[in-house]
Amino acid sequence: MDEGLRSELSKQGIFTTTLEEIYNWGRKNSIWPLQFGLACCAIEMIATTMARYDLARFGAEIFRPSPRQADLMIVAGTVTKKMAPQVVRLYNQMPEPKYVIAMGACAISGGPFKQGYNVLKGIDRYIPVDVHIPGCPPRPEALIHAFMTLQKQIGEQKLTGNGRPRHLDADAPSEFPVPRFGEHDLVPSKNPDVWKPPTLNRHA
Amino acid sequence: MILLDQIKSRIETAIAGARLAIIRNDSPSAQHSLRVDNEHAVAVARFLRDDPDLRLDYCSNVTGVDWLDAEISEKVKVKKVLDGIEKEVEEVKKAKRLGHLEAVYHLYSMELKHGPVIVRLRTENRTDKTHVPSLTPVWRGAEYQEREIYDLYGIAFDGHPDLRRILMWDGFQDYPMRKDYVEPDDYEYEPTPHDRVLEKAKRHHPQEAKP
Repeated sequence: MDEGLRSELSKQGIFTTTLEEIYNWGRKNSIWPLQFGLACCAIEMIATTMARYDLARFGAEIFRPSPRQADLMIVAGTVTKKMAPQVVRLYNQMPEPKYVIAMGACAISGGPFKQGYNVLKGIDRYIPVDVHIPGCPPRPEALIHAFMTLQKQIGEQKLTGNGRPRHLDADAPSEFPVPRFGEHDLVPSKNPDVWKPPTLNRHA
Repeated sequence: MILLDQIKSRIETAIAGARLAIIRNDSPSAQHSLRVDNEHAVAVARFLRDDPDLRLDYCSNVTGVDWLDAEISEKVKVKKVLDGIEKEVEEVKKAKRLGHLEAVYHLYSMELKHGPVIVRLRTENRTDKTHVPSLTPVWRGAEYQEREIYDLYGIAFDGHPDLRRILMWDGFQDYPMRKDYVEPDDYEYEPTPHDRVLEKAKRHHPQEAKP
């Protein structure tokens, strides 16, 4: 629909929209996060939900204690290798459409524990992450910004054609393999369908 | 506070056959420690806890140490006759040390307000004879810390009520705090690699090797 005509109509009190727009509008303003925290980032996440920062302004105040009722997984904190299978399993139990925010240095890359033996070097090795937040820990404003970024991503999704969201694409995977505890490391140590090591481009 | 030498002689009179050794610490902290043989460790621990002049009733910390095979050189002053004149000459003595693991207990007394007394237990080697007696029956607080040492160093504590891994998962084979532990190679990228990380970076991205 022509944007000028639309604006003219709205001046006359006639509101027009598309199905896609109203569908995405509804989805992006009622994202229910899964209620769990892994480390100190969870404290900032809790602060974000309380009165001072008030995540409820964005329609996400309802933290669900069950993955079956949640749309968004905020991975808030260090994911140890011992915890990683449980995080992936929780993600698998969430119904589509579902989103992931990796909050903090540990969740996006392993953070200060990256060189260690017991911390996963980023949850994006096993599940697809929509928004990464750097910081140690990120401030509540950063989480709100990540949340608004996610809302923007949802608002721009096309419901048909290539690049449509996973829940409208019958062939897209909804579950991802849960890593096993191996003798020396998690097996597999990454999911190559989800994560590829970054290619290094350094000019001498 | 009783000196460690006195503690040692008191234990030796109380417990027949206990083989003790004082390990000197020449650093400013001067925190000397007492090595106890494995056969008498539990009896010695009971004595340290119950003796009315010691009453070491609080085990504040248990930790492990990994000693690799090493050659130790020690400077010793020896008197020698050189050209008919007796002189003091410094000689370097070399000795081989077989690798072993150590469990170190820091003991305090809540009742008499003194401590720490440091007790060390030693395994025979680092590979198959890695057993020491558990002191959890004497100090209950040592339970989780002994489990942690079992997990990270691989010292098996005989007589421990519940010896399982505590941080890593069951089925994990390695002991990550040992000096020869090699962590799984899942290197990806480091913006400013140096030292061992740089070596890894060169292996994964050969262009890093160029100056």
